[in-house]
Amino acid sequence: MSRRLPSKDVVIVGLGWTGSIMAYELAKTGLDVVAIERGPWRDTASDFNIGTAPDELRYAIRQDMFLRPKQESITMRNNLSQTALPIRKWGSFLPGNGVGGAGVHWNGQTWRFLPDDFRIRSHMTEKYGAAIMPENNLIQDWPVSYADLEPHYDRFERVAGISGKAGNINGKIIPGGNTWEGARSRDYPTPPLRQGYAQDLFTKAATDRGLHPFPRPSANLSTAYTNTYGCRMGPCTYCGFCEWFGCANYSKASPQTCVLPVLVREKTFEARTNCEVTKVNLATDGKTATGVMYVDEQGQEWEQPADLVLVCAFSLFNVRLLLLSGIGKPYDPNTGEGVVGKNYAYQTGTGSTAYFEDAKFNPFAAAGSLGVALDDFNSDNFDHGPLGFVGGASITCAYTNGRPISYHPTPPGTPTWGSAWKKAVKETYQRVTSVGAQGSVMSYRGNYLDLDPTYKDPLGRPLMRMTFDYKDNERKMSGFMADRCDEIAKAMGAKQTVVKKLVGPWSVVPYQTTHNTGGAIMGSDPKTSVLNRYLQSWDVSNVFVMGASAFPQNAGYNPTGTVGALTYWALDAIKTYLKAPGPLVQA
Amino acid sequence: MTFFIDRQLTGPYGGYDWLYMQGPFSANPLPSQGLQSPLVPRQQYRQGLAALASYCKTTFAGRGFAELSADEQDKLLTGLEKGEVKLPNFDSRMLFQLVYANTMEGFFADPIYGGNRDMVGWKLVGFPGTRYDYRDVIAKPNQVYTLPPVGLQGRPAWTVGEKP
Repeated sequence: MSRRLPSKDVVIVGLGWTGSIMAYELAKTGLDVVAIERGPWRDTASDFNIGTAPDELRYAIRQDMFLRPKQESITMRNNLSQTALPIRKWGSFLPGNGVGGAGVHWNGQTWRFLPDDFRIRSHMTEKYGAAIMPENNLIQDWPVSYADLEPHYDRFERVAGISGKAGNINGKIIPGGNTWEGARSRDYPTPPLRQGYAQDLFTKAATDRGLHPFPRPSANLSTAYTNTYGCRMGPCTYCGFCEWFGCANYSKASPQTCVLPVLVREKTFEARTNCEVTKVNLATDGKTATGVMYVDEQGQEWEQPADLVLVCAFSLFNVRLLLLSGIGKPYDPNTGEGVVGKNYAYQTGTGSTAYFEDAKFNPFAAAGSLGVALDDFNSDNFDHGPLGFVGGASITCAYTNGRPISYHPTPPGTPTWGSAWKKAVKETYQRVTSVGAQGSVMSYRGNYLDLDPTYKDPLGRPLMRMTFDYKDNERKMSGFMADRCDEIAKAMGAKQTVVKKLVGPWSVVPYQTTHNTGGAIMGSDPKTSVLNRYLQSWDVSNVFVMGASAFPQNAGYNPTGTVGALTYWALDAIKTYLKAPGPLVQA
Repeated sequence: MTFFIDRQLTGPYGGYDWLYMQGPFSANPLPSQGLQSPLVPRQQYRQGLAALASYCKTTFAGRGFAELSADEQDKLLTGLEKGEVKLPNFDSRMLFQLVYANTMEGFFADPIYGGNRDMVGWKLVGFPGTRYDYRDVIAKPNQVYTLPPVGLQGRPAWTVGEKP
């Protein structure tokens, strides 16, 4: 039997980046806010202590900090003709768990999408004609523009303390920064990280080729910084334990470093951890949420009534909660009708591994966002006409780490064990770098999310099913990018390179990226989107859904910068909504 | 290395305690669907090593794996890796891959777990361990790093009075 609690003004599902920002900003106005988080409380001093944090086996290999698949997994297949099976062990992507969410274990690469990315369908069609659009695509313009989001990107960058170098301030182009970026109102709050030897080679090789390299924007901070909330961060020490780890130095932006120190002081805020929200409750009209149901650690079910429900879980789990709650019509790939689960997209990863004759790259001296990037082949910064694909990629030479269980490269043809392997590992570790391309993924009719007919979580609820594969457009685009990476790697002086392109179907096994997007997308038409331009549910107006689940398709960048910008954009809209509750956009 | 593996098998990893292990288990999963066997590492070791012992006994006139010459061992391992050696009632590649993965883990993990003794794996590649501060390295590109590795418990020298 469930038990009913006193009502709150706001209930927040999930206490990661978006949940903590919303909680703080709304509690600050005096609203009674409760955040319900299914994982444990986590904090820097107690959980990411310097004496235990840099443990590759525990965190990167055994995956101690992520959501445990036992608690919830996702089933997967490449196309509709196959039977989906559960992802029993995380591989391709790694959902976070607990307070801070994936904002604890991210690398910290914090981008703004380019102005063209937000109107990609219109832009590409106007410039190249409709024929360039890939078969069975569901590409949509975003219902917001870069100009709409610019102030909100700025707010997020100021909270996270991002280190970088502007390339375009109010239209003034600044060499050495990203000259392709949309105009920004001011520079980054902190200067860029220092770069290593490989990045120096990359910068020279790229510049010689007429390209425009710049230090990539980083949430691993170059200097000490006090953010707009008054939270204080320390300088990055290039320890090489960012992605998959918590930061012991307070130098990686996360909810823990940037928001929680002030959030926990708000008298009207409460967090309930190890409590799993199972459903958003709807009134009998189906148009109003009355709160949420959740199950605590003892297995007791509670009803938490609230006036406003903010769904702030990881993108995939936002979609599942909507499906389980009956909010929005589920997408049917056969008829093309329905919206929830539609436009699931991901990211491509291709590039070139470069073996040098003699170098001391010191790959262990690294940071999650250390690296020099270029955007000359991203978005529509280059002529797509003769190429016949849509999309692009950011190209980067980076070291995120040199942790040896995962990173002990050998040249092609080396045996996998024995004395020849040992010799090669010893000789190669210092002499390898790579040039990688992180590419966009468009949305398609057959790539989607729904509920699995067979597999269940421990509470007996169906797992979500992911149907996804890379399509020809992405294979063509990312292959083109891999060749560009290889040209630069050779120009850097590599004696041997190995090009990596997308081969075979998308697999859950090798780690790729946790940039899962779409499924609860924002749009301007309720027939083709789940949320309006303020991330408000078209169907249930007191439900707002944050996160990358709102992206209509994915750009050639990491998503967190745009997730942060959308959160502040939606926050302003929610403040307007609170004055006169109801739909902010008439359907 | 056996210390490391034994300890790992005793903990949550050995039973895949954190993984999604609810059935049904498919007999014909796609390669892209990854791990789909119901056998947890403890079972894989028990069944796989028993199958290997049985194979050695019949193939090498009663000798066990440990009693084979280095050449014979290498040849057998190569056969297991390629799947050319067929073990009785056990997938030879599954056994090889598990032992291989755990060996790499033990060789390169922090010594606190019982492998990587004297940080031999870290010294081989030149990984300085958990020093957690390389601002000096970033400031001096393309230079050899000379300080010895440090683990989560420090270095042996720190506890026996040698200079760090």
